[in-house]
Amino acid sequence: MAILRYALFRTLTMFATLLVVSVLIFAIINLPPGDYLSNQINELRATGQESGIAKAEFLRKEYALDRPLWEQYLIWMGFAPGPHGFSGMLQGEFGWSFEFDRPVSEIVGEALWLTVLVNLAAVLFVYLIALPLGVLAAAKSKTWIDYTSAFIGYLGLATPNFLLALMLFYYGHKYLDLPIGGLMLPEYEGQPMSFEKMKSVLIHLIIPTFVIGTSGAAAMQQRLRANLLDELAKPYVETARAKGMSEPALLTKYPLRVAFNPFVADIGTLLPALISGSVLVSVVLGLQTIGPVLLTALKSQDQFLSGFVLMFVALLTLIGTLISDLLLALLDPRIRFGGRGQ
Amino acid sequence: MSIQPDGRYLDDRPYEPDPGTEARHADMDMANWRLIFRRFREHKLGYFSALFLLISYLSLPIAGFIAPYSPNFRHADHLYAPPQGIHLFHEGSFIGPHVYPITAEVDMEDFSWKYIPDTENPAKLQFFCEGNYYKLAGLFRTNRHLVCAPEGATIFLFGSDRLGRDVFSRILYGAQLSLTVGLVGITVSFVIGIVLGSIAGYFGGFLDWIINRVIEILRSLPELPLWLALSAAVPSHWSPVAVFFIISIILGILDWPGLARAVRSKFLSLREEEFVRAAEMMGAKPSRVIRKHLLPNFLSHLIASATLSIPAMILGETALSFLGLGLRAPAVSWGVMLNDAQNLASIEIYPWTAIPMLPIIIVVLAFNFFGDGLRDALDPNRS
Repeated sequence: MAILRYALFRTLTMFATLLVVSVLIFAIINLPPGDYLSNQINELRATGQESGIAKAEFLRKEYALDRPLWEQYLIWMGFAPGPHGFSGMLQGEFGWSFEFDRPVSEIVGEALWLTVLVNLAAVLFVYLIALPLGVLAAAKSKTWIDYTSAFIGYLGLATPNFLLALMLFYYGHKYLDLPIGGLMLPEYEGQPMSFEKMKSVLIHLIIPTFVIGTSGAAAMQQRLRANLLDELAKPYVETARAKGMSEPALLTKYPLRVAFNPFVADIGTLLPALISGSVLVSVVLGLQTIGPVLLTALKSQDQFLSGFVLMFVALLTLIGTLISDLLLALLDPRIRFGGRGQ
Repeated sequence: MSIQPDGRYLDDRPYEPDPGTEARHADMDMANWRLIFRRFREHKLGYFSALFLLISYLSLPIAGFIAPYSPNFRHADHLYAPPQGIHLFHEGSFIGPHVYPITAEVDMEDFSWKYIPDTENPAKLQFFCEGNYYKLAGLFRTNRHLVCAPEGATIFLFGSDRLGRDVFSRILYGAQLSLTVGLVGITVSFVIGIVLGSIAGYFGGFLDWIINRVIEILRSLPELPLWLALSAAVPSHWSPVAVFFIISIILGILDWPGLARAVRSKFLSLREEEFVRAAEMMGAKPSRVIRKHLLPNFLSHLIASATLSIPAMILGETALSFLGLGLRAPAVSWGVMLNDAQNLASIEIYPWTAIPMLPIIIVVLAFNFFGDGLRDALDPNRS
C-alpha cells in the first residue's frame, strides 16, 4: 500500500506547511502599526466621542487584542485559551469582523463556495484550452498553427488580467448580451440553490473563467508543446513512423502520455497563479467571491477577516497541490516508489 | 598528383586554405559574448525586442524633454479631450506638422464633453520650444521640450484624462516608475535567490532542507493576496519614492524562490565536478569556490531566466497600483493611470483613458521575446 502511505505522508506535510503559513499570515497582517480597534479608539478620542471608546475597549478585551502578539496568535489558531476558552480557527470559530460588525463566518459564507467554483471552472478551462492547443502546436510545429497559438498565448500572458476583464465585460455585454457584474442575478443572492440560480451563476461565470484562465493557459500550453517536442524527437517515434503507424495514433499512444506527466504536476504552480488572478478579477468584476472581501479587510486592518480569507486561499492552494501530487503518484510509479525530488 | 619517394601520394596543386576551416578558426578566437550575440541576432523577434527595450530605457531620463507637458499639469478647459492627430497638409497644401485647436462644449443630452476642432486655423507645432519646467534626468531644471503646441492650441496625442492632464506625457513619465520597478525587484530577487540557492546547493544537509521548505511554502502561496497584504502594510504617509522602493522590494521578495531552485539544482550537479574538487584542495574557501568557479558557469543562463520574470513584476506593480495598494498619486505609473479607467463608463465614453494598457502589453511582450531569444542564444546544446 505504498500509495496510501505516500498519501498519508503528503497530507501530514500539508498540515505542517499550513501551520508555517498561518504564522506567516499572522505576521504579515500585524505588520502595519496598530489594529482596527486601536485606530478606532484613537479616532474616537480625537473627535471626542467618549461613548464609543468603551465599546471598542470591550471588544479589544473580548478578542484578546490587548495581549502580546504571540499569545494573540495562539488564541487565534485555537492552541491556547482566549477570554472564552478555546475558540480559534481549529474549533471553527473564525472571529469577528470589526469593519462589518458581524461574525467572519457570516460574511464569507457563500463567497467561499463561489470562490471554489470560479477557480474550479478556471482550472477546467485552462486544461480544455491548453491541452488541444499545445498538442496541435507541437504536432504542427513551425507552421502557422504553431505561430498563431504561440502569439495568442503570449498575448494572453501580456494583457493585464483586470483590463481584459473590463474589456470583455463591456464588449460581451454590448454584442453577446452577457450579464454585467456579479456572479448571479441580484434576486438570487442569499437564496437557496435552485436550477434557475445555477443557470444564472453559469452564465455569469463565462467571462471571469475566460479572463482568469487565459493567463494560466498560455504558460501551460507552451510547456506541453516543449515537452511533446522533446518526446517527438526520440528514436522510438521514428521507429513507429517507419513501421507505418498513422500520425494521430502515433502521437497519442506514447509521446502524449509521457508529455502529460508534467502537465498534471503543473497544477501545483497553476493553482496559486489562478487564485491570484481570481482575486484581482473578482475585485474588478465585482464577483461575490472572497477577493473583494480580502481587499476591504486589508485596507481597514480588519485582522480576523483578512486572516481567515488568506488562510482559506492558502488552504485551497495546498489542497490543489496535494491532489496534483497524488494524481501524479497514480500516473507515474517512479514517484510512488522513489523518494520525492531525488 | 605525384608519388613521393617514400610511396606517398601528393597533390601538386598549390596549397589553398579551405575557406570553411578559416571561418571556423575565426569563430574559435572570438570572445564568448560575441558568439552569443551573433546567435542572439538570429532570433529576429528577440533582437528587435531588445532594441526596443534599450531605446525605451535610454529615453527614461529624457522623458521630460520628449513629453510636451509635465505629468500633473492640468488643462482645466480640456477635460477628457479626445486624441488629437498631427496633420501635415492643410487644405491640400503642405504646411508642416500642425494641429487643429479644439474647444470644449458640454453635450446637454448625455452630459459628456464634446470637442469641436477648429479646422480653419491650423496651429503649427513648435520644436525645441519652452513649456512647463521639469528636471532633465532628475538633475537640470529646464523648460525645453521637443515639441509643443503654440499659444491657444493643445497637443494631446493620446487625449487628456479626467483632470485634463495629457495622457501621452503621463505615459512617458509613468514609464520611469513602471519600467524600473521590475529592475529593482529583479535585483532583490536575484541577490536573495543566488545567495540562498547557492548555500542550499553547495552545503546541502540541514541548511538545504530548511531553504527547500521555505521555497516550497513560498511557491505554493498565491502571490497576489500576499502582495496585497504586504503593500497594505506600507504606511500611507510615506513619500512616493519610498513606496516605490518598498513595492519593488515586496515584488522581489516573493519572486526569489523560483530562481533559488534553479541555482540549487545547478549547484548540486556541478558540486561533484573535478574542477570544484581541485579548487577546494588548493585551499579555496567556499565563498571563493562559489563566486569564481561555480557561478560563472551558469550566470548568463540565470540572467536569461531573470529577464523572463521582469514582466511579471511590471504586471504586478500595475495590478497593485490599479487596486490602489501600490503607488499612489501624485506618483505617475501606468497602473496609477489605469486606476482612472477602472469603471465601465470611462471605457465606454472616453476609451483613450485605457491607452496605458498598450505600453504595458508591448513592454511585457518585448521582455518575453527578449528573454526567449537570450535563452536560446545561451543554450550550448542548440543545433
